[in-house]
Amino acid sequence: MILLLQYTLLFASVLLLVALGGCFSERSGVINIGLEGIMVIGALGGALVMKFLPAEMGAPMMITATILASALAGMLYSLLLAVAAINFKADQTITGTAMNMLATAGATVAVKAMNTAASGGSDVSSDIIYTRARDMFIVRFGNFEFNWFMVVALVALLISWVLLYKVKFGLRLRACGEHPQAADSVGINVYKMRYAGVLISGILGGIGGIVYITAGVSSWKFENGVAGFGFLALAVMIFGQWKPFKIALAALLFGFFRALGNVYTGFDFLKNLNLPSGVYNMLPYIISLIVLALTSKSSLAPKAEGIPYDKGSR
Amino acid sequence: MEQYAVEMLHITKRFPGIIANDDITLQLKKGEIHALLGENGAGKSTLMSVLFGLYTPEEGEIRMDGQAVKIRNPNDANARGIGMVHQHFKLVECFTVLDNIIMGVEPTNKLGFLQKKHAREKVLAMSEKYGLHVNPDALISDITVGMQQRTEILKMLYRENDILIFDEPTAVLTPQEIDELMQIMKNLAAEGKSILFISHKLNEIMAVADRCSVLRKGKYIGTVEIKNTTKAELSRMMVGRDVKFAVDKEEAKPADVVMDVQHMTVASKQHDNDAVRDVSFQVRRGEIVCIAGIDGNGQSELVFGVTGLEPLKSGKITMCGQDITKAPIRKRSTSGMSHIPEDRHKHGLVLDYTLEDNMVLQRYFEPQFTNGIGFLKRGAIHAYAEKLIDQYDVRSGQGAVTVARSMSGGNQQKAIIAREIDKDPELLVAVQPTRGLDVGAIEYIHQQIVAQRDAGKAVLLVSLELDEVMNVSDRILVMYEGEIVGEFDPKKVTVEELGLYMAGAKREGVAQ
Repeated sequence: MILLLQYTLLFASVLLLVALGGCFSERSGVINIGLEGIMVIGALGGALVMKFLPAEMGAPMMITATILASALAGMLYSLLLAVAAINFKADQTITGTAMNMLATAGATVAVKAMNTAASGGSDVSSDIIYTRARDMFIVRFGNFEFNWFMVVALVALLISWVLLYKVKFGLRLRACGEHPQAADSVGINVYKMRYAGVLISGILGGIGGIVYITAGVSSWKFENGVAGFGFLALAVMIFGQWKPFKIALAALLFGFFRALGNVYTGFDFLKNLNLPSGVYNMLPYIISLIVLALTSKSSLAPKAEGIPYDKGSR
Repeated sequence: MEQYAVEMLHITKRFPGIIANDDITLQLKKGEIHALLGENGAGKSTLMSVLFGLYTPEEGEIRMDGQAVKIRNPNDANARGIGMVHQHFKLVECFTVLDNIIMGVEPTNKLGFLQKKHAREKVLAMSEKYGLHVNPDALISDITVGMQQRTEILKMLYRENDILIFDEPTAVLTPQEIDELMQIMKNLAAEGKSILFISHKLNEIMAVADRCSVLRKGKYIGTVEIKNTTKAELSRMMVGRDVKFAVDKEEAKPADVVMDVQHMTVASKQHDNDAVRDVSFQVRRGEIVCIAGIDGNGQSELVFGVTGLEPLKSGKITMCGQDITKAPIRKRSTSGMSHIPEDRHKHGLVLDYTLEDNMVLQRYFEPQFTNGIGFLKRGAIHAYAEKLIDQYDVRSGQGAVTVARSMSGGNQQKAIIAREIDKDPELLVAVQPTRGLDVGAIEYIHQQIVAQRDAGKAVLLVSLELDEVMNVSDRILVMYEGEIVGEFDPKKVTVEELGLYMAGAKREGVAQ
């Protein structure tokens, strides 16, 4: 039971971070299908720091450095989307899809090259091992493994809410996603706001990536990417109607079903059903299909999302 | 010398192949309402874009309070106190009125948090002062178009702009709202604001403006004092010839019923309520029946139901004695229904087809255009299109092979009218046939519609323009929230009376 709670919170943290990232991007008017790829690159950045930084530096430094590295990697990677979608007015769906394909492939190549070189050719895997660093993120209360990333997600939630609703940045960002011509007419630089939205989504998506790969394991095979979690986060964002607190609730729900896949063997009645583990692993994805099919009619998506802004057309 | 708030002196703005503004001078006095009159394409928008810093003119200068100024972008214009109510409102629908007003100049405390309380009081004080009634906490999507416009005006006032530009502000308003707007504009001018009022509606200019400058084909024609001029003179300046306002037509001689609509109900795509509710009416040979109403009261859906673009939820439509309730669109077309659609780009033309292909969209399968084994007779199609182009004076770059997209709106509309009238219909359904067109083209289209009536056709006209409603129709049905709330003889009703019905303030039990 405690294990279920622990994993629910952890996976919910991942989904919350990434979905909030998507929320910033879409609120500014840019659809970010590339979250999956941003997660992979963020995870790579964080994993490298965890692998190579000396463990002697202590937990606070390690945690800070890992988060910063993931955020930076994710943000830099999201620049691809920003440049393509905002400057070159590229199709945002296609750009995002390309980013997803590039991220997993690129990360695999990079890690394999690194491992091959380091081992003199005997290790050609795409794995990064970060056992010791991972332990620094965890504080044990009895059986419950508290993870500092849960706090990070909570802080991200609060900051997002303030940014979107309590300061002028949010008012302007949301205006750019709803009616960029209106924003432009009152002197708001739509291009800058959209850059801000996309880069914030890169930061949050990157952090989400490192949380995801360190959630249950001490090493990660980058060939696997992040198993569609970026898309799941998009579903969470839509189910949460692009609103931070609703997104948090949706993340808990989806996180719960994802956690069930990890720990269902701990529940006798589930184990006795004798279902193959694949059924549980499929649950969050199936739920997302059902939820989106049922709720997409009353969607409150930003009106101008996906449409490149062109100053000339009014 | 008189003090001007803004002077635009000898402005010339060229685009490749065209001189949009040719040596234009416009002088706006402090505290006056100055109308800018001109047809579509006369250069009004370009001139305003120059004033707003969107374009840099090749020649000429702008002076404010006698000093030459450079306006490089809209922010410069705002900083100099120039504000504009755009024809299409620049409002974020899911924001409140207050959020829209403060956007871009948000008041915050030292920590950067939004402070709306003071802004709210300021907005309420201004709306009190000028009679601009709005609820600052309402969402834009929930309020009427008139209130949205008042929000736009408050946006300018909140920024303490002194020079206010209204770009065709009355196009979307009811007659009562227009009266209110006129009063508001007068109040603003009395408080020392200078107002530029862009319009091609002569009645409104005569009612509210102090002076009027006229543009025609990019050239400055002149500036007149409203109290020394007449509508006829203004229109002559605008068009370059005399224009008849009253449509010449004889008494209608309604004959047998062509279309009979009984208890028609059509669902809405926007909301759960039905867009058209239990509507019944008839259209007879030799009469023009006009559906009047404010945009969005079910007129579009009524036409969709009649023409077959949307299925009926219930009711029955009979045309020439035939039940066409469930008939497909082609069947309706071949049995004698012509449709000049509201949205000419969506339902009227295939924009990337040539003019000749567009001309035969509903008739390509007829033996005169298709041979026995299914090939199109290109020669016959071309000749037919050339004939229509000639007969209806459709102007285009390359004649019948011009791509429809490249044509001007007025000529696209003429092409549709040529096609629909040449089909020799029993019933002509014309939806806002003159929308966005200038007086010359409007005159032509009205003549065509009346000619159809006189040729014994039944005409169903849907219009948002009250002048058109009053001038062209023989019988007026007013629609409000999906129902017909009144039937009138245009000779026996006033515009004010119609307005009350259109706004839902009055209704009557309608005899069919």
